[in-house]
Amino acid sequence: MADATLVQGPAELRFRDPVKARALAATLDSVTRAVDHAPVSVMHVCGSHEQSIAKFGLRTILPKGLNVIMGPGCPVCVTDLPEVDEAVVLAQDGKIIASYGDMLKVPGTAKSLADVQAEGGRIAVVYSAAQAVELARDTTDDVVFFASGFETTAVATAAVALGDLPPNFSILSAHKYIPPVMEIVAEMPDSRVEGFLAAGHAAAITGWRIFERFVEKHRIPVVVAGFEPLDILAGLVRLVELVRDRTPRVENMFPRCVTPDGNRNAQRQLWRVFRTQGGRWRGIAHVPNGNLRLRDEFAHVDARCRYEIDVRRLWNHAPSALTQVCICGEIMAGLSAPENCPLFGKECSPESPVGACMVSSEGTCRIWHQYGGHPDI
Amino acid sequence: MCLGVPGRVVEVRGQTAVVDFFGVRRETRLDVVDEPVGPGDYILNHVGFAIRKIPEHEIAETLALYEMLLREAEHDIMAADVRGEIGAARVAEERADG
Repeated sequence: MADATLVQGPAELRFRDPVKARALAATLDSVTRAVDHAPVSVMHVCGSHEQSIAKFGLRTILPKGLNVIMGPGCPVCVTDLPEVDEAVVLAQDGKIIASYGDMLKVPGTAKSLADVQAEGGRIAVVYSAAQAVELARDTTDDVVFFASGFETTAVATAAVALGDLPPNFSILSAHKYIPPVMEIVAEMPDSRVEGFLAAGHAAAITGWRIFERFVEKHRIPVVVAGFEPLDILAGLVRLVELVRDRTPRVENMFPRCVTPDGNRNAQRQLWRVFRTQGGRWRGIAHVPNGNLRLRDEFAHVDARCRYEIDVRRLWNHAPSALTQVCICGEIMAGLSAPENCPLFGKECSPESPVGACMVSSEGTCRIWHQYGGHPDI
Repeated sequence: MCLGVPGRVVEVRGQTAVVDFFGVRRETRLDVVDEPVGPGDYILNHVGFAIRKIPEHEIAETLALYEMLLREAEHDIMAADVRGEIGAARVAEERADG
């Protein structure tokens, strides 16, 4: 689709090994044709995968009969409105909110952190949890680290929580846990997902065996893949082979980074600090065990225990009419694509996002806005 | 930011390593990585923490994608995420404690 609203077209195909890329593309084509139905739909759940797929124009060489869909792989995008509201209320009450930059423009029920900042609230962009702690050491005011990200990022928050912390530092966790949402997406009535491509670096922490239970329960294959175009192509070939052969199992196509059991030291820290809890993922559904929340032993650093956070005062403000049109939720569930949203590239742009998918560098809309999604060649 | 960024360990100071990320020296925390790390080793850094030691035979293959990305323009979001990961590591200080 040649869309005038796109910032730029897809990057030219640049592979370190073009011969290997062509061979993989040819294999993928013949494997896809050998499946007894069309199209075959597979989902990945990682913003970095989508960046790589879009940036390198991978969809231009994918077989016609293969849909590669991005699912709920953007942690910022699935942060629910009330979670943003909590940070907004704390900022309005005078706390310094430290947060990863992508979170600033994410709309809450009434406003975003960027809106509160414009009204005089103190919002600090940090690149790591450790920087948020340093910020707290440099002030006597209360600093709340609004922590977002999947398990890979939650590990860093856990490591910080286990260290020495200044008394004015606390954590507002919006961390999310990927395995449970894969189950939700797989069970959606309209779901066409026949295989999952799992993100390499998250699996470096969890290990690939974590997906075995999912495969057993849902009979859907999972392939762990890296981020280079060649890694993704190789992962897709294996995944479609498993679909073709009706042999649901987990395969690791990223052994240079991922082991069966992952980083056990990281897992120990993660589960010492966090427990899972059910909660809404923006636009998608209630996800049982989908949220990572601080355990009771860490109540002293849990902003939800330290402060009374009454988000209801924000709820008198009606959300903008445009948000009713936004289809972020359907996009993140893999049921629709940015090009089907009437706001995409028009009322909704990176400069003025309506939905969270246009905010984060890992959001499908933001990525397609930069690189294009299904470019014509 | 699932991508992380690889770098070469220059010096280890207790639970912190001074790491060279494509010419930029930063401090990365070693609390999370599950193997001993020493000067010359490569690690994968994510939001200021080494999450994995990169085996020696895989270093060249791992670096290639990032070398290409870091040649990209400022507005490229994938490259910006990698630069953000380098920014996540603490600026290395000239000190010998820890």
